[in-house]
Amino acid sequence: MTATDPRHPAPGSRAPVTPGSSTPRRAPLGGRQGPEGSVLLGTISRMVTVTVDGREVRVPEGATILEALKREGTPAQADTPTLCWAPNMKPINACRVCMVEVEGSRVLVPSCARKIEDGMEVRTDTEKVRHSRRMVLELLASSVDMSQAGADVQRWMEEYGVDAARYGEPAPPSDDRDRRHAGHHEPVDGTVAANVAQPVKVDNDLYVRDYSRCILCYKCVKACGTDAQFTFAISAAGRGFDIRIATEFNAELPDSACVYCGNCIGVCPTGALKSVREHELRENGDWHPEQESVTTTICSFCGVGCNLELHVQRGQIVNVTSPADHSVTHGHLCIKGRFGFQHVQNLADR
Amino acid sequence: MFGAGGGTSAYVEAENADLLVLWGTNARETHPIFFHHVLQGLKKGTRMWSVDPRRTSTAQWADGWLGLDVGTDVALANAIGREIIHAGLVNEAFVRRSTTGFDDYRATVEPYTLERCQEITGVDAELVRELAHAYGRADRAQICWTLGITEHHNAVDNVFSLINLALLTGHVGRYGSGLVPLRGQNNVQGGGDMGAIPAKLPGGYDLGDDEARARFEKTWGVPVSPKPGMHLSQMFDAMHAGTLRTLYCIGENPAESEANATHARHLLEGLDHLVVQDIFRTATADMADVVLPATADWCEYEGTVTSSERRVQRVRKAIDPPGQARPDTHIICAIADRLGHHWGEPTAEEVWDELRSLSLNWHHGMTYARLEEHGGLQWPCPTEDHPGTPLLHARLWAEDPDERGRLAPFMPAEHQPPLDVLTDEFPIRLTTVRVLDAYNSGVQSGGYSSPLRRRESLRMDATDAARLGIADGDRVRVVSRRGAVEAPVAFDPSLRPGLASFTPHFSEEVDINVLTNDAWDTKSGTSEFKATAVRVEPLAQHVATPIAGE
Repeated sequence: MTATDPRHPAPGSRAPVTPGSSTPRRAPLGGRQGPEGSVLLGTISRMVTVTVDGREVRVPEGATILEALKREGTPAQADTPTLCWAPNMKPINACRVCMVEVEGSRVLVPSCARKIEDGMEVRTDTEKVRHSRRMVLELLASSVDMSQAGADVQRWMEEYGVDAARYGEPAPPSDDRDRRHAGHHEPVDGTVAANVAQPVKVDNDLYVRDYSRCILCYKCVKACGTDAQFTFAISAAGRGFDIRIATEFNAELPDSACVYCGNCIGVCPTGALKSVREHELRENGDWHPEQESVTTTICSFCGVGCNLELHVQRGQIVNVTSPADHSVTHGHLCIKGRFGFQHVQNLADR
Repeated sequence: MFGAGGGTSAYVEAENADLLVLWGTNARETHPIFFHHVLQGLKKGTRMWSVDPRRTSTAQWADGWLGLDVGTDVALANAIGREIIHAGLVNEAFVRRSTTGFDDYRATVEPYTLERCQEITGVDAELVRELAHAYGRADRAQICWTLGITEHHNAVDNVFSLINLALLTGHVGRYGSGLVPLRGQNNVQGGGDMGAIPAKLPGGYDLGDDEARARFEKTWGVPVSPKPGMHLSQMFDAMHAGTLRTLYCIGENPAESEANATHARHLLEGLDHLVVQDIFRTATADMADVVLPATADWCEYEGTVTSSERRVQRVRKAIDPPGQARPDTHIICAIADRLGHHWGEPTAEEVWDELRSLSLNWHHGMTYARLEEHGGLQWPCPTEDHPGTPLLHARLWAEDPDERGRLAPFMPAEHQPPLDVLTDEFPIRLTTVRVLDAYNSGVQSGGYSSPLRRRESLRMDATDAARLGIADGDRVRVVSRRGAVEAPVAFDPSLRPGLASFTPHFSEEVDINVLTNDAWDTKSGTSEFKATAVRVEPLAQHVATPIAGE
């Protein structure tokens, strides 16, 4: 038997080792990505001073404006709205709801991604900022079903005076969104509010994709890709208003690369992605978030020791998440951790 | 290793290593969240090599794949060691100051030339040389392994041969360099740490350590025998010899999980008395005289578990247990009560605090409150102001010989082929593998509906099958020296000619441990699950019944 040539390219493989240059190079390390541990590998951050709404704050160099607002800001500044940002993900820069004014910048800047600089002057509560945030939330709310978005989102919509109804009655649901090609859609007549409504996709036993609720924040794409899972089962398809999140060739999930880690569910801010269990409980009127308790424990499967948050309603585990700030998981799980709990509830076996 | 039975490194170090060698592990599927850390490393430029008979989904991410023949790991490791020595890549200062037995090691590996290694392992000599140089030159390098190393008749030698490589190059005790056994169960590390190893007391003390034993005797108020008990494989030998007549089995399903399962079941049936304490009515429970229903402590009671990075974390109650199920500790205390030892009904925290009072070095500083506050702590954590120890064995690099402590010994090992020999009668090597969505004997993971799940099949190489006249999906009979099972065939491009695999997850479909070899490693007690010699016989072809009208 001989070994197969390891340089044969395989799905997911990276650049092959060139013979004679196999010595690994020391990876460059970003300052803020440095490890916790007994050896310092990152750079030491110096503190810089920025002005936020007229008040000086000091934060470590390399922090984003949003991090500065959350760490050093007033309660109102720390409550900067976000949709595509998450504490355990790299900035995605898609939703534009966290925009702030920066002195010297012609346009608003996304606070989630823009790094602070010494002497920067940031304004978070101007008419321009408030108007921009209202328009972003309003356009999303007019075209997307935001009814299952988190409590923060509901609160922000109220706070910024979102009135989605002023765009007219919603257009009827479409059954061809997944088949549209760039440039093929008809011009809208303007009498109804264009929207992304379409039937819920239920094609497997673990989770549903309800793209009527999708705001295209791309968190799911990044969680499936380079932020956590590196499976790359989903990406954006289409152009313009017809853009949507899709598997390759729009295959059903069981025919896609999906490995059902559910990390896309874990980061979805609007309920577009959810477990079949939650979907069915909601459909049957048996969803009781006000009665939910959350208990942190450790996964019962392999020896990695992932922290699980068990969401329990009326004595039943209904969902499993993981804390974003835990060093083992960074909020991400595998199929067994997220969905493998049912054995304790199959009472016929016990 | 070196007096502490645990991995040396925190997971995050994998993100900052220069080189990772994943040896006998398909971590992409078996330890997916550890592999997330690996992937973050790869994104930043870490090189990764996979050493595995199968071209696994882990190997697909590797810079190089060494597809060795099953059971030839020691030969490969020794050849890598020899090449490192001959290329002048030994970390001589580390070897001189912090290790013992280098001369013996050098003499042992000297015959393992790259050419001889290629003959034994089937791996191209140039690839072995490349990995040896990469590992020898790397600033920070880790070796990670799982059951591909440990489920062999020479499991401990396999582990020693990997440890030797780390000693040779100084890839241990430094940030990003380490030896990482990935544990297969959420508390296999903790179970060992708590004394569920015959020769150990809780806290990692040897049973022969008189001072430690005296402390335990004082706290427990009973004498503790310095003589080690039996491990599982020895218990089955004792059942065979008729000297073990009663078995109390907690959270284990040996009727399905033991190698040579037919024989194991026969022995279990022959017992005078079998007690099974489990969260399920397992196949073993079906054979029991008494079944004690237990709570699933990870969500129905409380306690701690210890992970592969030696992190002790708390499990907590989220839901009520069903029926009469009781926590394991409550059941054990109730049995003790009937036997005349009145231990009361201690809470999980009280049990833990007793452990802390005895495990002075590893656990003493880990109060429940601190475990809560820090999201778990990594042992050793000797005092309540100690931050825990993410990186083990840094002492080996200390300038001061006293601080350096006991030097790390090279443990030379010779290649010993699998005991279940390939012959013309049994020409195919069968190995057991695990898949992403299932877990061990399947009693837990069978409880949810996975879209990834396929029926259990004998996975084999298409050319092997073609030679036997077998098509994808055909049913075959798989015969080993111990038994036979029937299963459908699935072609698998990750397997090479001569190699086939089963998972252990669906014994109700295919009872694979009827085939596996119960010969076990005398040092660890682990059976040779990974290397079974089999032949594959096509069953009479199914004749398609004509459908009326066609």
